[in-house]
Amino acid sequence: MKHPILHPGLNLGPHHGQTHASAEKAVFGFWVFLMSDLIIFGLMFATYATMSNPVGLAGGPGPKEAFDLTSVFIQTMILLVSSLTFGFASLALRHEAGRGRIALWLVVTLLLGLAFLGFELRDFAHMVEIGAVPSRSGYLSAFWGLVPLHGAHVAAGCVWILVMLAQMATLGLVSVVKTRLLRLGLFWHFLDLVWIGIFTIVYLSGLAS
Amino acid sequence: MNTDQPLHWLLGRLDISALPILPAIRNPTPSEFVAAGAALAVIVGAFAALAFLTWFRLWTPLWRDWLTSTDHKRIGIMYVVLAIVMMARGVIEAGVMRTQQAFGLGGGFLTPEHFSELFTTHGTIMIFFVAMPLIAGIVNYIMPLQIGARDMSFPVMNQISLGLTATGAALVMISLVLAQFSNGTWAAYPPYTGLDFNPGTGPDYWIWTIVFSGIGSTLSGINFAVTIYKERAPGMTLFRMPVFCWTVLCTAIIMIFALPPLTVAALMLGADRYLDFHFFTNDLGGNMMNFVNLFWLFGHPEVYLLVIPAYGVLSETVATFSGKRIYGYTSMVYATMAIAVLSFCVWLHHFFTMGQSANVNIVFGVASMMIAVPTGVKVYNWMATMFRGRIRMTVPMIYAIGFFYLFVIGGLTGVILANPTITYQVHNTLFLVAHFHNVIIPGVVFGLLSGYHYWFPKAFGFRLHEGWGRLIALCWIFGFSLAFLPLYALGFMGMPRRTANFTDPAYLPLLYVALFGAAILLVAVVSILIQLWVSVRRREELAVPLGDPWNGRTLEWATPSPPPPYNFAILPQVRCIDDFADAKATGRAYAEPGADAYEDIEMPDNTPIGVFLCIGTTVLGLALVFYIWWLAIASFVAMTLVFIVRSFRVSSSHVIPAAEIAAAHRHWLDQVRAAAPVTRLEETHSANRGLAVLERPEMTGAAQ
Amino acid sequence: MKNRQGPGRFLFGLAATLFIALAGCSDNRSSFLDPAGPIAAAQKAHLLEVIGWTMIAIVPVFVLVPLMLWRYRYRNAKARYAPDWAFSGLLDTVMWGVPFLIVAVLATLLWYSTHALDPYKPIASDEPPLEVRVVGLDWKWLFIYPDLGIATVNELAIPENTSVALDLTSDTVMQSFLIPALAGQIYTMPGMRTRLHLLADEPGRFEGMNAQFTGTGFTKQKFATLAMSRGDFDAWVARVRAEGTPLDAATYARLAAASTGAEAKAALKAGAGPQDVIYFSSVTPDLFAEIMHRYMQGTPVPPKLQPGAVGYESDAEETR
Repeated sequence: MKHPILHPGLNLGPHHGQTHASAEKAVFGFWVFLMSDLIIFGLMFATYATMSNPVGLAGGPGPKEAFDLTSVFIQTMILLVSSLTFGFASLALRHEAGRGRIALWLVVTLLLGLAFLGFELRDFAHMVEIGAVPSRSGYLSAFWGLVPLHGAHVAAGCVWILVMLAQMATLGLVSVVKTRLLRLGLFWHFLDLVWIGIFTIVYLSGLAS
Repeated sequence: MNTDQPLHWLLGRLDISALPILPAIRNPTPSEFVAAGAALAVIVGAFAALAFLTWFRLWTPLWRDWLTSTDHKRIGIMYVVLAIVMMARGVIEAGVMRTQQAFGLGGGFLTPEHFSELFTTHGTIMIFFVAMPLIAGIVNYIMPLQIGARDMSFPVMNQISLGLTATGAALVMISLVLAQFSNGTWAAYPPYTGLDFNPGTGPDYWIWTIVFSGIGSTLSGINFAVTIYKERAPGMTLFRMPVFCWTVLCTAIIMIFALPPLTVAALMLGADRYLDFHFFTNDLGGNMMNFVNLFWLFGHPEVYLLVIPAYGVLSETVATFSGKRIYGYTSMVYATMAIAVLSFCVWLHHFFTMGQSANVNIVFGVASMMIAVPTGVKVYNWMATMFRGRIRMTVPMIYAIGFFYLFVIGGLTGVILANPTITYQVHNTLFLVAHFHNVIIPGVVFGLLSGYHYWFPKAFGFRLHEGWGRLIALCWIFGFSLAFLPLYALGFMGMPRRTANFTDPAYLPLLYVALFGAAILLVAVVSILIQLWVSVRRREELAVPLGDPWNGRTLEWATPSPPPPYNFAILPQVRCIDDFADAKATGRAYAEPGADAYEDIEMPDNTPIGVFLCIGTTVLGLALVFYIWWLAIASFVAMTLVFIVRSFRVSSSHVIPAAEIAAAHRHWLDQVRAAAPVTRLEETHSANRGLAVLERPEMTGAAQ
Repeated sequence: MKNRQGPGRFLFGLAATLFIALAGCSDNRSSFLDPAGPIAAAQKAHLLEVIGWTMIAIVPVFVLVPLMLWRYRYRNAKARYAPDWAFSGLLDTVMWGVPFLIVAVLATLLWYSTHALDPYKPIASDEPPLEVRVVGLDWKWLFIYPDLGIATVNELAIPENTSVALDLTSDTVMQSFLIPALAGQIYTMPGMRTRLHLLADEPGRFEGMNAQFTGTGFTKQKFATLAMSRGDFDAWVARVRAEGTPLDAATYARLAAASTGAEAKAALKAGAGPQDVIYFSSVTPDLFAEIMHRYMQGTPVPPKLQPGAVGYESDAEETR
């Protein structure tokens, strides 16, 4: 049987046999889902852009008061590294390096994800402290609509990693587990991309203006 | 509804005053009686359904064969049933509103408050719970058959989509019995729907209805697109697909990209209402214009999402009943794609009057007009399809003729509305109401009803009664014309939409005409049920078990009616456009395959996950509407846990052995060989068992 | 004003006349097909032009569909049957080309008319323009004449042949201001100012309204636009000054509460004028700007200070 042309991304490789071909449908469907999700983020970015003006700020705290660039930079680095470590997990999966290796990299990714969330929550706590809450202004509503939405995605990703660790332990590396790991990988890298947008549009340009 | 009531921690703001029966007793006015009557109808209807199921011992079959089924055909039928139930409510509401306006000179019998709830629920129901499920249903049933697939790519997700759509419908129905649905129009513009102006349950009901059914539709879109890309039979290249499948692909793309703006807008409104955000409030930097943009960024693609599959149905029926290939297939595909792309570039024409600069209006006005080009091409293509055909005036064709005349008028008024200067005058008037009903009824509804009549025999193995079908089609055409064309004139006369009462007697004559038209439409809807009843009673004489009652052209007719769960005993090898017509012409059709051609088929198992999520999200929605926080958290956590636990089950499919498939297939082929094929003259007679005589020019002698 | 001929023009004119004859029972003109000013007249002319051009694409459908159905009916064995014929390059060119050309013409007309009839564009007139500030309230309109120092509810008097420049805002939810016989509609939104220019070239009484649904009193939110000669207008101003009461902050707060014009009139015990019309002899000079700016000051506007909101208290401002 000839191997169909596969979509770019994390393919398993022909040596995974039937799973390789059947992964295509699941992975393609997940790509489409991510495109839909990206529209949601895009609209939140657009709303944020329309609110980033004196009217939207409504005299409330702005980027300069609310944001801590050092902390955000650390978060960015953590998330970027977590994408790298997930990449190692994916390579371990593809080259059949064994469950232990995959699980190790997943755990590292999970810890980085949790560290990211920890820093983010600390920043949010600071914003609440200085009164930069969504009820203060349209601008802050847009911020709290966008950035925590990404945070919620990361949290969901962390839960997903936990579930996958459990499934690898109980079910082994069966076909569905492999394709789920592929989709989780796409999800994780997608969140990284969205964060790059947030880092640039919300934090860097917010502090630059 | 105050926080001091003793059970507040348990019931939130749900209390005895939420029941609409009480105001009717305290304040017996016609308006309250209508509300109480509607609530009673829901309760009685629900109990009648429960009693019916119990009396006839249908609970087990309902659960086993339908609610837990992952078969795209059964899911499709359930969508259509949902749509018809909701259509009954939507049409009754429309009738009540028409009656109110006809008697609305200086008052009428409904309170303005009640009237505003009616037009809000009517709009919400007709778009989200009639048009969308009808489309989802027909697409679900037909598209996999047309591309030669065994099922959708994601059968379980398909069931979940249905469950979430049902959640939205359930919330709208429950709002008749518990508290009120929104009175803020189907578009729910803030700040009117914000907490300050509208603290009741209404906008919250709207938000959760929209969010849950919107997520369901997004998932449907993903499923449709992936199925078309990944599940086509061997040889079925994209450019060999029936035009209907192309329209489904366009609609799926619109679902994927256009529903997120609606979800986002609704959730932002929810954040404003629940969490004191300021996205759309008057004060503190909120901006209601963002909502308007987001809503129509969804809303305009939405109308094309609705009408494009209807174009697809017409492309199938006009070609079939003209006995011809569709004219300009490639042109048709490009026109459809052009419409789908342009539909994302025109949303601003819904608010030319918001005060933006002339240049912005011009860009969106011209873009809106551009849509008329591919739409016109499609109409001309259908006409060219009839050219040099042999046309049978069956029910789907009557709908098509109604479409040609009336939809073109809707197109004309659409071009009128694309001009900002004219929109300044007719925006928010009945002209606009007439326009969008003119594109949705003759466009979407006619298309889908003709599809219902066309494909019903495929789904159930017997045709719908032709005489009743003609009556229904004519009722729709004339009822629509009388009910809505007068509204254009009323719009020109300056009558605003959403008007419960008025003081100008000049409106009355045309409103009476519209009321008469609405009565005819009510007859049409009742006749749909009668037709179904009559057809079921006479199913023996209407039976077409051999599968091809209309001398069809596409793959869905190449399998028995109703099709087996796996659709095709052997996946078809497709050679060209309209492959089944070609197969019949070249003698490939109904060929007996070799004994080793049959293979075991793996089909997905039943699963209760869709029903569970439907119940879970309905409870979650109600908990959020009534501020019952513990229940909201509990239902959310329960759904998440079930989802995770379920993911630990690996195997969820069963195998149908090749021998069983071979036996069924051979039995059907034996029947085909034994049967007498019919010409198209006997198409609507009982002689038609679903096998067609080949009618080619060289055989019929019709060629000159 | 341009008035081109189009094929469908005559038929449409006939139909329109019939409708207007129906509408003519009322002395309150409320249709742009019966225009009383250059803007509405141009909008009507544009409508007819669009219909005329579009007919080129539509009439063939109406004519050819029945011909085709008859000629190619199943029982007509004489007609040619070509089941595999499915494309003609020439036909396709016409099918795409003709609608495209029509849209090109219509787009040009659209570009021209949208600029010409831009509601923000002042209208040239011999007299200096009259400025009016419009505040949309639940469910009535407040008209402030800043240069004359008077204000009215639900009655917009204007001198004929004089350009009128309206500045509009809302002190509740979004509304839409429309006087069909004179000019198209424009939204009014809290904290924002939109503009509309109009001119009446004959005296008369023209119905104005809010066209955007805003709740239970929405259908009562109508007002009369009275176009009159300069002399009559001056007399009207004098009458408002003489019979009206002052519009101060407290009165405005009570006026702004959700109520129809007639209810507000009763609540304010205002005597002069028709039953849903209120006259104010004087008005706080910056009232319009204050209404608009209070949403933009970065301070919350709680429901009790928000006109139209559930829980609005018209005396909250004083007790605060």
